[in-house]
Amino acid sequence: MVFPETEQMRFDLQVIASWIDPGSRVLDLGCGNGELLAWLTVHKKVSGVGIELDEEKAASCIANGLSVLQGDFNDEVDDYPDKRFDYVILSQTLQQVYEPARLLYSLSRIGRRFIVSFPNFSHLSIRLQLLLKGMAPKSEELPYNWYDTPNIRVITLKDFRNFARDVGYRIVEETAIKTDHHANYGRGVKSLSNLRATYGIFMIEKEA
Amino acid sequence: MSVEETYLEVGSAGVVEKQFFTYAQPPHEMILESGASLGPITIAYETWGKLSAKRDNAVLVAHAFSGDSHAAGFYPDEPNDAKPGWWDSMVGPGKGLDTDKYFVICANILGGCMGTTGPSSINPETGAPYGLDFPMMTVGDIIESQKILLDYLGISSLHTVIGGSVGGMQVLEWCVRYPEMVRSAIPIATTMRHSALAIAFNEVARQAIMVDPKWNRGNYYDSERPDLGLSVARMIGHVTYLSDEAMRRKFGRKLQNKANFSYGFDVDFMVESYLRYQGSQFVKRFDANSVLYITKAADYFDLVNREPPAKSIQDIRGKPIKFLVISYTSDWLYPTYQAKELIQALKRADLDVSFCEIEADCGHDAFLIPDKRLGTLIGGFLDGVPRN
Repeated sequence: MVFPETEQMRFDLQVIASWIDPGSRVLDLGCGNGELLAWLTVHKKVSGVGIELDEEKAASCIANGLSVLQGDFNDEVDDYPDKRFDYVILSQTLQQVYEPARLLYSLSRIGRRFIVSFPNFSHLSIRLQLLLKGMAPKSEELPYNWYDTPNIRVITLKDFRNFARDVGYRIVEETAIKTDHHANYGRGVKSLSNLRATYGIFMIEKEA
Repeated sequence: MSVEETYLEVGSAGVVEKQFFTYAQPPHEMILESGASLGPITIAYETWGKLSAKRDNAVLVAHAFSGDSHAAGFYPDEPNDAKPGWWDSMVGPGKGLDTDKYFVICANILGGCMGTTGPSSINPETGAPYGLDFPMMTVGDIIESQKILLDYLGISSLHTVIGGSVGGMQVLEWCVRYPEMVRSAIPIATTMRHSALAIAFNEVARQAIMVDPKWNRGNYYDSERPDLGLSVARMIGHVTYLSDEAMRRKFGRKLQNKANFSYGFDVDFMVESYLRYQGSQFVKRFDANSVLYITKAADYFDLVNREPPAKSIQDIRGKPIKFLVISYTSDWLYPTYQAKELIQALKRADLDVSFCEIEADCGHDAFLIPDKRLGTLIGGFLDGVPRN
């Protein structure tokens, strides 16, 4: 199996990988070329499953020995029994989901825990663009125009924490990071994270 | 060398000979699913590659409705311009089913007419071909006959069982009947059960044969054969194997060797000519009664509605079989939604399943058309299947 060196992985995936217990059952939604799954399979001996919409990417994952289903994860998650996985991972995609509340509920149903990462819309540079230019903000993380963006959900770290509290999701891990878009390096942000972090990563457990 | 290049290195499977194995000699006939008994039974099969010392590299290829054991390579006595076996693009050194790594087996199915016992075989009780006295066999019976062949070859574990269309049904039946023998399974362009549409096409094909007066209730082996009916059956079959897109691209409304309509019922359109040609070729190699039996067995196949003791997907819950399901975007015989139903059932039974829907405009038959994507996908998948 081809797998990336730890330092070669996108920084948020490195953080996520560090949270996964060895030998666990992992579902990666929108797994792309399967780098996180391959890394987890080799380094943590997880039993992993990926879901990927793109035929070419799904095929390359399968040809690399990963168990991957080509399809739309919004539909695919419905077929799994309760608590089928120890971790369900949704990295850098929540902002593109049409029905996030419904999807997150499904993740909490099929997984003991789920992990989400997303670009933080309240980062200082984004706030300043709106304030000073009076235009919809663009950034390395969110590079699109209002009329062509796939990022239909505007999420901030604070919004997500409030949502989790309201629906009874317990945040068991939270890391705010500052990293360049798709870069394999970055650092944690400890203070004023909602202002300074470019991405947030949360691990959630549903309260009984 | 990249993964992609590895599976693109083309090598011929070379020369292969058809072999025969006979069992179920009376009075030890095989009892079929219907309760009828049949014997003796001869299975025609071919093999490629070498069985490893540990006997852990066997791959079973299940052929589609009109296929045969000749999956790859050439027969020793064939002329130089002969066509290779029907899946030559997939079976051979360095190909998706790499004969440098795997011992590949393909057997003609029970009820067929390419060397395995079927309705055109001699009934030992009468000394004449069975015709309609041949008992109705099922996909399950096909699997039982293949199991006996594997026992004879000393193979108790399959690295994979792979097949498209009716071959895919055999793959699924193998998994539910002998899950301990199967380490991975690759059902391609197939279904858990025929839709009304698929049954309808099969019924039109059967009726085309049975209304031909020469069919004579299946008793035609010592007279003229129902070639017209069989060729019409093949024409309707061919339409279901293609797609709207492929037919538009290949034929459109082009005329065959003429500039104007004939205003009659001779061939005008290229697609008419193509279908007639396919029909006329098919009658040279296939038996009309085999079409009746095999299409009916495919129509009866149903992995959804099963009562014990028949095995279903529920019976193999959590077994360590790696599934790779493949469908094609333009397959209208077994469309992708049917592959998705299969995947849903496999997921619910806690089975390890991968799925790829390959974009192709050639319809149901796409799996038979050389395509490096399929070889790369299958070769890589099989590398990831544990050997023991």
